[in-house]
Amino acid sequence: MPISYFLVLSALLFSIGVYGVLARRHAVLVLLSIELMLNAVNINLVAFSALLEKAGLDGQVFALFVIAVAAAEVGVGLAIVILIYRNSQDTDVGELSLMKW
Amino acid sequence: MPLDIPAVRLTGIAPEIALCATALLLLVIDAVLGERRNRWYLPALASIGLGLSIYFATEAWGTTRLELSGMVAVDGFASFVKITLAVFGLLTVWLGRDFLVRERAEEGEFYGLVLFAVAGMMLMAGAADLIVVFLALETFSLALYVLVGFRRRSLLSQESSMKYFLLGSFSTAFFLLGIAFVYGAVGSTNLYGGEDGPGIVSSFMATGASDVGLLILAMGLLIVGLGFKVAAVPFHMWTPDAYQGAPSPVTGFMAAGSKIAGFAALLRLLDVTLYPLREDWRPLVIGVAVLTMVVGSVLAVVQEDVKRLLAYSSIAHAGFVFTGLIAANDRGVSGSLFYLATYGITVLGAFAVVAVLSGRDDEKVTLRDYRGLFYDRPLLAGALTLFLLSLAGVPVTSGFVAKLVVFGAAIQEGYWWLAVVGMVTSAIAAFFYLKVLVVMYMQEKETEDAERVRSGPLSTGVIGLAALATIVLGLYWGPLIDVAERATLFFAGG
Amino acid sequence: MSIDVAVFGVMFVVVLGSSIAMLFARNAVHVALFLVVTQIGLAVAFLLEGAYFIAAIQIIVYAGAIMVLFLFVIMLLGVDRREALNEPLRGQRPLAVGLAALLAAEVLYVAYKGSDLITTGGGSQALQDLNADPGNVKALARVVFSRYLLPFEVTSILLVVAVVGVMVLARQMSAISPVSARSGSSVADKEEAA
Repeated sequence: MPISYFLVLSALLFSIGVYGVLARRHAVLVLLSIELMLNAVNINLVAFSALLEKAGLDGQVFALFVIAVAAAEVGVGLAIVILIYRNSQDTDVGELSLMKW
Repeated sequence: MPLDIPAVRLTGIAPEIALCATALLLLVIDAVLGERRNRWYLPALASIGLGLSIYFATEAWGTTRLELSGMVAVDGFASFVKITLAVFGLLTVWLGRDFLVRERAEEGEFYGLVLFAVAGMMLMAGAADLIVVFLALETFSLALYVLVGFRRRSLLSQESSMKYFLLGSFSTAFFLLGIAFVYGAVGSTNLYGGEDGPGIVSSFMATGASDVGLLILAMGLLIVGLGFKVAAVPFHMWTPDAYQGAPSPVTGFMAAGSKIAGFAALLRLLDVTLYPLREDWRPLVIGVAVLTMVVGSVLAVVQEDVKRLLAYSSIAHAGFVFTGLIAANDRGVSGSLFYLATYGITVLGAFAVVAVLSGRDDEKVTLRDYRGLFYDRPLLAGALTLFLLSLAGVPVTSGFVAKLVVFGAAIQEGYWWLAVVGMVTSAIAAFFYLKVLVVMYMQEKETEDAERVRSGPLSTGVIGLAALATIVLGLYWGPLIDVAERATLFFAGG
Repeated sequence: MSIDVAVFGVMFVVVLGSSIAMLFARNAVHVALFLVVTQIGLAVAFLLEGAYFIAAIQIIVYAGAIMVLFLFVIMLLGVDRREALNEPLRGQRPLAVGLAALLAAEVLYVAYKGSDLITTGGGSQALQDLNADPGNVKALARVVFSRYLLPFEVTSILLVVAVVGVMVLARQMSAISPVSARSGSSVADKEEAA
């Protein structure tokens, strides 16, 4: 199977993730989109690892580390979300203007 | 086939190990001893850990090799950055002590996170493989996300932490995609190519020039990820908000530490590993540098909040460091190192003054609060003046020498117009530093304070030390530049 | 056409469909569940690529643990009951479309360029050998505990930092005026308002 199949899948998923991050306003949904981007990267890494003769298992190891880091990141991110939620009674919980100058 | 674990030599990461061990010990001691009125032993222990890491970093000075299967480089460059980072860490811990006592915040966790963050930054300085760069970046970023939200009574602080976190993770995803493409293009992520496994450059040279497109795209994505950490335009959106929301000691630490760590990785990546491809990355980086200098200097002029103003100033300074990086010669690298070290000390000093003046809950940070400061607190105003003049690049301060060195390096390489852009934007930048000075010296104070915030002994010490360093390095820059130059001699590594 | 390609085709449609659905779902719980579908689909992709261990981890850690955490927080915050989740700032959506399209085009172009210089064929022989003889998990372990020893240790530090960080944030929650009693009613208020 040509490697480009996987690269195309990864590229599309990554772009969908980018769109999601920019188009969503709620922090949790932005975080979900970022997870999608990380998944897309993993597809790429594993594809290169599987289909490049010279690449070896490095890509798979890399994907493993990415999953571990993503888990840690999600933990901290969700903790901040809950913290803000509990400290603000207003309805805009977690809604951020990410592109403010 | 039995598992053969490679020889483990720890001299390269001894500073990081010392810091992590101290941080863990500190957290345990804090938990065991529990709540006490005066927990002086915590900052003392943190200082000992940072001192130890300086010792280990100087021990490694003079050697040049790759360790741990080519994952870390032990060279003068790494040692220089590590020692600088440890000094930043010391200043932050001392400054943080006064802040934490004033705010009654969790002390143990603060020092622990600062130590972990410094360890992550140090690891980044010595990283010789993109996976180590990535993990080090994540380690110190996670610690910083939490530290930014450390003001317990401030929703602003927590929201800026959220924003910093989301944009940081977003940029990390780009950085990772960049790593994946590097891996796809050359089949390796190693910056040098150690005893086992090929490096990026050698693999690239072996495959020929056909897949240069993939590598260029990868390079762009890596620059996005690291550009975010050093607050380069157009990846700077988080900077003003995070700087404003974070406690002042943490802001100083972010400005000094994450900048030098990000640039250390950029310097190693672009000026060493991708040096053969410099004609391909230079246009991109030059664009980023010019944008950064211009946007940082121009937008700073309209700021009314001192912390936001210093945030834009730090963006502009990232642009100045980029000129040294673009030059990509020995002078450029040593100049960038000198610049980052002196800038870090100056900006930590400036934020120390802000921390002292901002008072309870860290709230008095607008320009109005600085009116007539000179008549009220002459010494603090004098120190802040010195720091601002150094940031503006006025002679007799370290900032002037630093700018001279990086612009000189750019001119040496033929980028005189880049140096001209730098000087013009410095002139614009001088305007807003002057604005603060005018407010401090020429305007009258509006209202009398109900309570006058006293500067703790440690804060005073930090301000004094930073002021001393700013002046001394402005007059006798020779020794430090000398050391920075010798740091680049081993730079090329294996 | 081999069976591999057929499986890939089905997986491609499912993954792409559910990730696009993620963008348009109005309910946060649905968004999270679509991501779970995507991730299970990606686990199939990992199997096709001969990464058996990663495929298992993808389902156990990602689709399992991480997504459950997400769902938990979504339910806790009551995000699922609110409408108008998809309301970006003015001018941000065109920007998002533009940037995403640009990125997709760029990456697809490179993928297309890259496809002819990379060996095409059913997975590299080297990988198939590795998966057959020591097995995927064993081969991975050998690499992780030798060449990648330092990154492995750094990951442990990273996790410690995350744990300490979450602990600090949790302590701040109890330190500030407890809103927990009120938060329940505020959700109900919002419902009424809506």
